[in-house]
Amino acid sequence: MSAVIGPSGHGGTVDAAGHDHELAHEHHGAPHGWRRWVYATNHKDIGTMYLLFSFTMFMVGGLLALGIRTELFHPGLQFVNPQLFNQLTTMHGLIMVFGAIMPAFVGFANWMVPLQIGAPDMAFARMNNLSFWLLIPAAIMIVGSFFMPGGAPAAGWTLYAPLTLQMGPSMDAGIFALHILGASSIMGSINIIVTILNMRAPGMTLMKMPLFCWTWLITAYLLIAVMPVLAGAITMTLTDRHFGTTFFNPGGGGDPVMYQHIFWFFGHPEVYIMILPAFGIISAVIPAFARKRLFGYTSMVYATASIAILSFIVWAHHMFTTGMPVTGQLFFMYATMLIAVPTGVKVFNWIATMWRGSMTFETPMLWAVGFIFVFTMGGFTGLILAMAPIDIQLQDTYYVVAHFHYVLVAGSLFAMFAGVYYWGSKWTGVMYRESAGKFHFWTSLIFFNLTFFPMHFLGLAGMPRRYADYPMQFTDFNMIASIGAFGFGLSQVYFFFAVVLPMMRGKGERASQHPWEGAEGLEWEVPSPAPFHTFETPPQLNAAGTKIIGVAPLPTHDIPAPGGTAVHA
Amino acid sequence: MTMRAFTRLGFALSALAAAANAWAAPAVRDLPGGPAVNQIDLPPPMSQIAADQQWLHNFMLIICVVIFVAVFGVMFYSIFKHRRSKGARAANFHESTTVEIAWTVVPFIIIILMALPATRVVVAMKDTSAADLTIKATGIQWKWGYDYLNGEGAGIGFLSTLDVAQREQSDRGKPEGDDYLLRVDNPLVVPVDKKVRIITTASDVIHAWGVPSLGVKQDAIPGFVRDAWFRASQTGDYYGQCYELCGKEHAYMPIHVKVVSQQEYSAWAGAKVKEAAARADDPSKVWELAPLVARGEQVYTANCQVCHQANGKGGGNIKALDASPTVLDADKTKQIHIVLNGQANGAMPAWKQLSDTELAAVITFTKNHWSNATGQIVQPSEVAAARK
Repeated sequence: MSAVIGPSGHGGTVDAAGHDHELAHEHHGAPHGWRRWVYATNHKDIGTMYLLFSFTMFMVGGLLALGIRTELFHPGLQFVNPQLFNQLTTMHGLIMVFGAIMPAFVGFANWMVPLQIGAPDMAFARMNNLSFWLLIPAAIMIVGSFFMPGGAPAAGWTLYAPLTLQMGPSMDAGIFALHILGASSIMGSINIIVTILNMRAPGMTLMKMPLFCWTWLITAYLLIAVMPVLAGAITMTLTDRHFGTTFFNPGGGGDPVMYQHIFWFFGHPEVYIMILPAFGIISAVIPAFARKRLFGYTSMVYATASIAILSFIVWAHHMFTTGMPVTGQLFFMYATMLIAVPTGVKVFNWIATMWRGSMTFETPMLWAVGFIFVFTMGGFTGLILAMAPIDIQLQDTYYVVAHFHYVLVAGSLFAMFAGVYYWGSKWTGVMYRESAGKFHFWTSLIFFNLTFFPMHFLGLAGMPRRYADYPMQFTDFNMIASIGAFGFGLSQVYFFFAVVLPMMRGKGERASQHPWEGAEGLEWEVPSPAPFHTFETPPQLNAAGTKIIGVAPLPTHDIPAPGGTAVHA
Repeated sequence: MTMRAFTRLGFALSALAAAANAWAAPAVRDLPGGPAVNQIDLPPPMSQIAADQQWLHNFMLIICVVIFVAVFGVMFYSIFKHRRSKGARAANFHESTTVEIAWTVVPFIIIILMALPATRVVVAMKDTSAADLTIKATGIQWKWGYDYLNGEGAGIGFLSTLDVAQREQSDRGKPEGDDYLLRVDNPLVVPVDKKVRIITTASDVIHAWGVPSLGVKQDAIPGFVRDAWFRASQTGDYYGQCYELCGKEHAYMPIHVKVVSQQEYSAWAGAKVKEAAARADDPSKVWELAPLVARGEQVYTANCQVCHQANGKGGGNIKALDASPTVLDADKTKQIHIVLNGQANGAMPAWKQLSDTELAAVITFTKNHWSNATGQIVQPSEVAAARK
C-alpha cells in the first residue's frame, strides 16, 4: 500500500497485493469466499456489489422498456393487454429509479469517496453492509410483484392516489420494498455525510475535495430530507388501502391532490439526487482529459448547493394541471425557471475547463462531452416545460417522457458510463479495450437519440403517456423510437460482454496506477487495482490536496483520559 | 437445388413476407382537429389561448436554439482547436469571478424576460369568469360524462364513450380509420366564439380532460371541482384524450368537441332537451321481461361488455357473469348492491350514475342471458329502493 510509507518518508515498496503485511490481516486473514461478500465491510467490496446490483436491475428495467416499446411499435394491441402494459410502465420506472440509478451512484460513492478524501473506509462499515444487503429483498419483492395475484402495480411510478387504492396485493409489496429502499438510502447517506465531514485526511479541506465528494455530500443531505417524505406518502396510501384511513379518498374527506404534493415534495429533490452525483463525475473527467484544472471550483460548489436548495421549492411544476390558484402557478413557474441559472453556470464552467485545454478523447471523455451535449438538450426541454402555459399542452404527453429520459439517460447514465471507463481500471487493475468503449459510446448515443428525440414530436402532437395504444397518426415516430430502443438495449448488452466481463475477469491490458495523464486526485495515488485496504494511516498531502508526500504526523493532542475528557498537550 | 434448400428458401421468403406485412403500418391521413400524420409541432391553434401557447413555445424554442447553437458552437470549436493531437498546450487559468458573475446575471435576465409573456398567459388561462356556457365534464372509469349546467342547453346530460368497434379493433390489433381511438358515440357540442367554461371532476380516480387544439387541459379529480375555459375560434371537430393514468382503459376514453355555429347549437340544444324529456323513463313503470332484457342488452353493450366481455365470461380478475352465483342468486339485492356501489375498491366501478331503469334492465339482462335463465325481473323501483 503506497499510502503507508516506510520510515524513509518517501513512497515505499509494497507487495504485489499492495498490502503492508505488518498491518493488514495478520490476525484474521483476508476475507474470501461467500463470507467476504455477505459480511463485507470494505467500501470497495460494497461499492462493487452496489454497481453489479444496479447493472442487473438496469438490465431488468431495460427488458421492461423493450416490452413497452414492442407493444408500441404499431398501433393496436399485439402483445400485451392494457393492464399488463401499465404494469410494465410502472415497474420500468420504479426499477430504473430505485434499483438502477440510485444504487449505482451509491456504488460510485462507496468506491470513490474514501479514496478521494484519503480515508481508510466509510465511517460506519457495518451499517454500510446493511445498506447494501437490504436492497436484495427489496429487489426480489419488486421484480416478484409481477407474479403476485393481479400482477405488478399499474399506477405509474408516481403511484397516484386514488388509483393505487384499486391495485392488488403487489401494491403493498411495492410499498414495503420502497420503505426498505428508503431506509437503505438514508443509512447510506448518513454514512457518506459522516465520512466526508469527519474522515478527510489532514489538509484535505472541504474546498479542496474533488467535486464528486461535494456533489455526494449535498445529495446525501437531500436524501435524508426527502426519503422520509416518500415514506409518509406511501404509508398513507397503505393505511388508506387497508386500515380505514381516507387521506386520499374524497369520500372520507381526503384529498387526492395532497398525495401529489407529498409525493412531489420528495419527487423533485429525488431527480436532483439522481443528477448531482453525475455532475460530480463529469467534473472529474473533463479536467482530466482537458489536462486543465476544473474552472470555477468555488462557483461549482455554490451552484450545486443552489440547485439543491432550489429543488425544494419547485415541486408543484409537476402539478400545473391540478388546478392551483394563479399565484401558485406563477410561483412554481418562476422558481423552476430559476434552476436553469445555476445549471447553466455548471455547463459554462465545464466548457471553460475544456477551453484552451489540451484535450484527448478517450472513452471517458467521449461520455463526458456527450453528457454535456445531450443533458443540456434535456435541460432546455425542462425550461420549456417550466412555462406553465406550455406545460398545460405538454403535461402527461410524450414530451415529458422525452425530457426526463434525456436528463436521466443521457444525463445520469452517460455520466455513470464515463465513471466506469474512467475509474474502472482503478477498481479492476485492467484497462478496457478502447475500441470497445468507443463502439459502446457511439451506438448508445445514436440509438438513444433515435429512441427519444421523436418523442418530443409525439408530445407536441398530443400523444398522451402511459398509453398502450394510440391514434394511427403517431405510428411512424413510435416505430422509430422502438427501433432505437432495441438498438440501445443491444448496445448495453455489448457493453456487458465486451467491457464489463473482461474487466471483471482481469482480461485486458494491465492498468498502470495513473493511466490518465491529466487526472488528479488521491485515488490515483494508490495502485491499480486499489488494494483491499488503502490509507490505513492518514497520508500527508501536498498543498493542493492532490498528491501524497508522506505519512501524516501523529496528532499532538492526547488520548482522552479515563472518564472521557481529553487532556490537551 | 435440393428439396431441403427449396423448403428453406420457402420458409425464408414467407418469413420475409410476414415481416414486411407486419412492418407496413396501416395507411392513415391527417385528422383535422386531431393529430396530423408525423406532426412535429403543436396543433394549429383553434382558440386565443392555444395561439398564445403556441407563440410562447415558438419564442422559447427560438431562444433555446440560439443559446444552444452559441454554447455548443463554442464547445465544438474548442473540441476541434484545443486538442492535444493538434498540438494545443493546456493553459493555466481556472477561475474568474467576473466571468462567473456575468454568466449568472445574463441568464437570470433572460429568464426574467421569458417569464413576462408567460405570466400574462397564465393569468388569462385562469380567468374563467363570465362564461357564456358552463359544462361539467366528469371523468368516469372509462368514459366522460357531460352535464350542461348553465347557459343555453342547461339540463342536457349524457355520457360520451369510445366507439365500441374501435375498442375491438384495438384488441384484435387491427386498427383503422383516421379517427382511430378518437371516435365517440356522443360528442360534446358547443357554439363557436362563445366562452365555454369546463368544470372537471371525477367519480372514481383522477382523470384529465384535454383538447390540444383548444389549448385546454385540466385534471378531473374525484371529490373536487376544477375549471378551465376555452373560446373556439372556428367551427369544426376537435379531439382530445384522457391525460392522467386512470386504470386499464386509460387510452380508451377520448374527447370529441364539436364546435358548431350559434344557430346549429341552438337547434341541437333544443332537440336534445325535448329528446331527454321524451326518453325519460318513468321510474314507476312495471316492465315485462322481454322488453326489459332487450333494453338491458343495449346498456350491457355500452357499459359492461368491455370488461365482462360479450360472452359474459370476463377474464383475469374480472368476474364471469355467466353462471355467476351472485347473478343467479334468488336475492336480487346482492347484485343490485354491487352494480350500484361497485366492488374491490372500484375495480368494479359503481354505476349509480345510470338511471334506475337502465340498471334494472342490465341486471335483468344478465340474469336471463347466456346460460343464466332465472326468469327474474328487476324493476326500476327495486333499484330506486336499493339506492337509499
